[in-house]
Amino acid sequence: MTQPEGKPKVAFYWCASCGGCEEAVIDLAEGILDVVGAVDIVMWPVAMDFKRKDIEAMPDGSILASFINGAIRTTEQEEMACLMRRKSKVVVAFGACSQLGGIPGLANLYSRDGIYRAAYLESPSTENPEGTLPRLRSRQNGHDLHLPGFYETVRSLDQVIDVDYAIPGCAPHPEVIQQAVATLLSGDLPPKGTVLAPDKALCEECPRRESKPLDLAITEFKRPHEVLIDEETCLLAQGLLCLGPATRAGCAAACVCGNMPCSGCSGPTSRVLDQGGKAMSGIASLIGSDDEEAIDRILDGIPDPVGTFYRYGLPASLLRRKTLS
Amino acid sequence: MLEQAEPTVQTPQAEPTSQTSAEELEPRIVALFCNWCTYMAADLAGTSRMKYAPNVRVVRVMCSGRIDPQFVMHAFARGADGVLIGGCHPGDCHYQEGNYEALRRFRLLRRVIEGLGIERERLRLEWISASEADRLRRVVDEMVTDLRALGPLRLSVPAEAFSGAEADSAAELPSPEIAGAASPGAASPGAASGEEASAEEVTVP
Repeated sequence: MTQPEGKPKVAFYWCASCGGCEEAVIDLAEGILDVVGAVDIVMWPVAMDFKRKDIEAMPDGSILASFINGAIRTTEQEEMACLMRRKSKVVVAFGACSQLGGIPGLANLYSRDGIYRAAYLESPSTENPEGTLPRLRSRQNGHDLHLPGFYETVRSLDQVIDVDYAIPGCAPHPEVIQQAVATLLSGDLPPKGTVLAPDKALCEECPRRESKPLDLAITEFKRPHEVLIDEETCLLAQGLLCLGPATRAGCAAACVCGNMPCSGCSGPTSRVLDQGGKAMSGIASLIGSDDEEAIDRILDGIPDPVGTFYRYGLPASLLRRKTLS
Repeated sequence: MLEQAEPTVQTPQAEPTSQTSAEELEPRIVALFCNWCTYMAADLAGTSRMKYAPNVRVVRVMCSGRIDPQFVMHAFARGADGVLIGGCHPGDCHYQEGNYEALRRFRLLRRVIEGLGIERERLRLEWISASEADRLRRVVDEMVTDLRALGPLRLSVPAEAFSGAEADSAAELPSPEIAGAASPGAASPGAASGEEASAEEVTVP
């Protein structure tokens, strides 16, 4: 394939993620034509037929930017991340999994053995009488077979390689992607480590902002399936656990506009060290009681606190995972 | 910690874990005390020459309501075996309601750290007024006893040099407990360590 000279080279890669981030690129719709017109795509497993050896053959640093989505779970993902890093001037962590560990990062609540047992031995739909488990190497009909190693702990991309920028979201909002790409192509690069999205809380751009009472006192947490949600009023004021106060803006409040509370996929703002910690801080202080027992009763309305406050950010949090006994 | 180039799993609480006996363990407690009550109690304990366990590192904050759950997480992540939060008794907060904020956050935070495998005894909230030096002494001594019984907090991802250490354990797949369940045609342990070496070559450019 011959490419016109001079156009900057861009790569996409996919690690532990659902594929929604790939879909988000397609969601640029016609906008993607502008991107494709401005760059040469040299790697994009979901859409184009390039191989690892094609990347290996390129000189180091010859790719302008690699957009890597997904967390790092296996040795293969780590190798590819390292390869893309070597070949790229700029590496962008694309989406929540890559930036924070994301949904796959919730696996850090379990051990590798526990995951293997659940997936390969104990789940009701598993039929595995010999108890075969993934191995790095095995022989089958005279062939040597290899599988990537499966790490005990899921990591965010910046825990594995040097990362220059992050585009947040699960999946990133098309407008955020477009803005970020425009920023990168402009050549006027922001400081390393910048998250390419507005650095303010979602509440600030929430259409329901005006209806948030100054003095909020929650006496019962309700879950979305338990109530008829009013479409105009602040969700916290309705007792729904919305993480808007502790989550970065940029998504145009897509969930809130769909009448669902924010679950925190865009991660924290730059002033926060631990997303879940900050969210807990904000949400707990809205509890409308001074009494220990009453507080506990109200907190019972959050059945899975770790999964609620660290839904997208456990690997990137201060504690990173559940302890292994 | 940085002298050695060889990546090793570093345990943040290096001092206590080097001691094997629970009796000998000197737990590290980060104590976050409010300026007006509990810190004053600690001051009083000092000026009264009371003796109590020397395991607390006291951090003074203006109000227990200032204590963000991130402070507690940070302390644990950096090697604390326990975190003690001290504030004014209910109704006595210098800022009216700060201690209630601390209480709400504490009740939620405790659920989360328990969910992450950290025992609830490692995080404690106590109301200790400026005159209750004796209570402070008792609480600290109690907590040290509790933490000695629990042993050091061992976080499972303690090290920056995570990659090398993890590559080793990945090579041991599958782990011993479930290895017996694996199919008979699978590779020998020797083959696995060969894989480890090649993974190292690729991951360390």
